Amino acid sequence: MASPSSDNSTPKGEPWVWFTSVGLLIGLSMVAGLLGLVLINGFSVFWAPQVPTVKFKDGTEIVGQFVQRRVRPNSPASDPQYERQYQIGLRELNSTSYVWVDELNITEEKIAPETLGLERMENGPAFITPKTIVDAAGKPHAMDATTFSMIRAEVEHASEIRERVLDINQNKIGLVNAEMEETRISLRRAEDRQEPTVELTDKLKTLDTKFAELKKEADEISKLTARAQLEGVDAKGRSVTIPFAGIVRAWEPNRMTTMDRIGLMFSRMHEFLFDAPREANTEGGLMPAIFGTLVMTVFMSLLVTPVGVIAAIYLKEYAKDGTVLRVVRICVNNLAGVPSIVFGVFGLGFFVYVLGGTIDQLFFSDQLKYNNNTPVFGTGGLLWCSLTLALMTLPVVIVATEEALSAVPRGMREASLAAGASKWQTVRDILLPASAPGILTGVILAMARGAGEVAPLMIVGVVKLAPTLPIDGLAPFLHLDRKFMHLGFHIYDLGFQSPDSDAARPMVFATTLLLIILVVCLNLGAITIRNRLRARFKGASF
Amino acid sequence: MSNARIQPRPAADITGRPDFISIKNFGFWYGDKKALKSMTLDIPERHVVAFIGPSGCGKSTLLRNLNRMNDLVDGIRHEGDIAIKGQSIYDPGLEVISLRRRVGMVFQKSNPFPKSVYENVVFALRVMGVSNRAILDEACETSLRKAALWEEVKDRLNDNALGLSGGQMQRLCIARAIANRPEILLMDEPCSALDPIATGKIEELIHELKTQFTIVIVTHSMQQAARVSDRTAFFYLGELIEYDTTEKIFMNPSQAQTEAYISGRFG
Ligand SMILES: Nc1ncnc2c1ncn2[C@@H]1O[C@H](COP(=O)(O)OP(=O)(O)OP(=O)(O)O)[C@@H](O)[C@H]1O
Ligand SMILES: [Mg+2]
Repeated sequence: MASPSSDNSTPKGEPWVWFTSVGLLIGLSMVAGLLGLVLINGFSVFWAPQVPTVKFKDGTEIVGQFVQRRVRPNSPASDPQYERQYQIGLRELNSTSYVWVDELNITEEKIAPETLGLERMENGPAFITPKTIVDAAGKPHAMDATTFSMIRAEVEHASEIRERVLDINQNKIGLVNAEMEETRISLRRAEDRQEPTVELTDKLKTLDTKFAELKKEADEISKLTARAQLEGVDAKGRSVTIPFAGIVRAWEPNRMTTMDRIGLMFSRMHEFLFDAPREANTEGGLMPAIFGTLVMTVFMSLLVTPVGVIAAIYLKEYAKDGTVLRVVRICVNNLAGVPSIVFGVFGLGFFVYVLGGTIDQLFFSDQLKYNNNTPVFGTGGLLWCSLTLALMTLPVVIVATEEALSAVPRGMREASLAAGASKWQTVRDILLPASAPGILTGVILAMARGAGEVAPLMIVGVVKLAPTLPIDGLAPFLHLDRKFMHLGFHIYDLGFQSPDSDAARPMVFATTLLLIILVVCLNLGAITIRNRLRARFKGASF
Repeated sequence: MSNARIQPRPAADITGRPDFISIKNFGFWYGDKKALKSMTLDIPERHVVAFIGPSGCGKSTLLRNLNRMNDLVDGIRHEGDIAIKGQSIYDPGLEVISLRRRVGMVFQKSNPFPKSVYENVVFALRVMGVSNRAILDEACETSLRKAALWEEVKDRLNDNALGLSGGQMQRLCIARAIANRPEILLMDEPCSALDPIATGKIEELIHELKTQFTIVIVTHSMQQAARVSDRTAFFYLGELIEYDTTEKIFMNPSQAQTEAYISGRFG
C-alpha cells in the first residue's frame, strides 16, 4: 500500500507555485498594512474618546485626550519606562496643545463626568468644567440639568450666525471686491489715457458705500451672538471665558453614549468633507482641496485623452515604419520614466512663464499695466497644473491606445477596408469604438497617477490655502487662472510644513485616507464605464 | 479517371462579358518571396469561379489582389495586370476605395463589427455617405433577404451582431458585402467554419447571387467547388496549373496534378 506521502501525481514544479505566491503575499500584506495604518489613524480624527483627568505626584492635574504612549527616551531597555501624550488644548493658556507626561509621575486617572469638550475656531480644543453660561441676551445661567442642551443650542445659534456672516464676507463682499478691482483698473487706464473719469469715480464711490453697508450688516449680525459666552475652569483651576462665537462644537466626552459618539463622528466627517479648513489646515474640512483635486484631475483627463489618442492613432495607423518612428516610440516611453518634478520645472518654465506670459502680454496687457504688474495667466494656476500633468501622463495614454488599436482583430480592419471605407473612416467607425475599453484603461491609469501627484503641482499652481474655488458663481464660472488646493499637496503641507506637527498628525492620516478613497472612486467609476463598453464588444463566437 | 463521388454541375452559358475580370501575366511577391507565378485567366460575367489547391498555393493571395487588399501588406510587388471590365485596377486614376466599393469581400472567419445588425449591413453605404433612412432601410432588408437571413433577424436588427450564431454571422457578412451592390463578390473559404446546414444555405445563396454578381470563391472542399462553380482554377505552389469549366476539371482534367488533387491523392 502506497503511503500518502509518496504521491507521485504531484507535478515536480509545484513548490515553485508556492514560491511565486510568496511574492504576491508580500505585496498584498504591504498594501494591507498601509491601508490598515491609514485607516486606523485616519478614523481616530473623528472619534471622541473619554477625556480623563490625570493627577500627578506633585499635586497638579491635567485634563486631556489620550493620544499615544511610547518608551521614554533614555530609559533602560531591560526595564522600559513609558510616557504618554495628551491633547490638552487651550493654547491661549497652555502655550502648547499637546503634552508628554512621564507615566511614573501619574498617581491617578479619573473620569470626571462634568468635563466639557469644545472644538473651537482658534487655539485648539478646550476641555473645561463649565460654571456659568451667558446667553445671547447677556443673562447668566448657573449650572443645572439642562445646561448641556443649552450649550448646544447656543453653539448652534452661533454657528448659524457665523455662516451668515461668512456668506456676506465671502460671496457678497467678494463680488463687490471683484467689481471694485475692475473699476480701479479701468480708472487707472482712463487716467492714463486722459479720458473722463467721473463715471468711474462715481461707480467706485457707490461700490465703497456698498462695501461699507455689507460690512456693517455683517457686524450687526455677529453682534447677535457677541455677548453669549461660556465661563468655566480648566484643570489648573484657572477660569476661562470662551465666547460662543468661537465654538464649533461641544460635547460631553465622559457622559455621552456610544450612539452620541457615533453621531459626533458623523458630524465631524461631514465637516471634514464639506467645510473649509481652519487653524492652519489642522482642523476643519478639506472641501476646497477635494474640489481642487477633482476639478484638476477631470480637466487633466479632458486634455490628455484627445491628445494622447490622436497621437497614438498617428503613430499606429499613419506613420511609416522606420527609424524615425522607432525613435519617437522610445522617446514616448522614456517620457513615462522622467521624474515628475522635472515636468513641474518644465511647466513653470514653459507653460507659466512663456505661454502664460505671452497670453498676459496679448490679452491682459491692461491688467498688467494698471494692476501693479499682477499676472493673470503668467503665474501658476489650474490650467497650467492640468497641462503639466497631462504632459506627464501623455505616454500612458499613448501606449495604452496603441496597444488597444493593435488588439483590434485584423479581420475587423480588413472588413471595413474591403467595404470601401477609407482609412480615416475605419479608424473612426471601427477601430476607435473597438479599442475604447483599452483606451479607457490608459485614461484610468493616467487619472490615478495625476490625482496622486504632488511634486510638479507645488510649483505650477497648487497652494496651501486658496481663498477661492476654481469653479464658482462669478463669470466665467471656471477660473483656469486661479490657484487651488490639492489633497496631495495638503498632505505634504500638513506633514512637513505645519507649525504644530502634533496637531497635524491625525489630519495627515485622515487626508491620506480621503485621497486614497478618492483615487479608488475615480478608478471604480472609470472601470465601470470600461466594463460596460467591453460587454458591448464581447459576443458569442462559434 | 474521373472521380465517381463528385458530380459537377454542367457549365452555364456565358451571357455577359467573357473577360469581365481579366488577369494577364500576373505575378506577385511578398518581399523577396514569389507567391504567384505569372498567370493568365479570364473570369466571365455572372459566373462563379472556384479557386482550389493545396494550402499555401496562393489562392487567397490572388483573391486578395482582385480588390487590392494585399496593399495593406508591406513590401509587396506585382507584375502583369488585372483588369475589371477592361480597366486596370492599378490604373493611377482609379482610387482603391472606389475599386473596393465595386468588389465586395467575404472572409474565411466571419468578422462582423461590434455594432447592431442593421449598422453592420449598411456600413458600406454609410461610408459612401448615404444617410437617407429610407434608402438604408431598403438596402438592409434586400441584402438580408438575399443573404437568406432576413427572417431570422428582422426582429433584432438593433441587437449587437456579435450575439448571432456563427452561421448567421457569416451570412450577415455576406449581406454586408452585397449591400452596396458591388459587381464582384470575393469569398475566401466562406464556409470553412460552418456546419453542413449553414454551408448548404450559403451555397444556395451563391446560386441566387450569381444572377447579379460575378463570384470568385476559394474553397478547400472539392464537393463545394463542384456544386457551386461554373469554372474552376487549380493552383499548385503559386502556379495556375489548370483553369477550365468545372465539369471538365472534375470529369476530365488535362493535367495529371489536377487529377491527383481532385481524386484526393495529394493535397
Ligand atoms: N502577408 C504575407 N506575407 C508574406 N507571405 C505571405 C503573406 N500571406 C501569404 N503569404 C505566403 O504566400 C503564400 C500563399 O499564401 P496564401 O495565403 O495565398 O495561400 P492559400 O492558398 O490561401 O492557402 P490556404 O488554403 O491555407 O489559405 C504562402 O506561402 C504564404 O506563406
Ligand atoms: Mg487562404
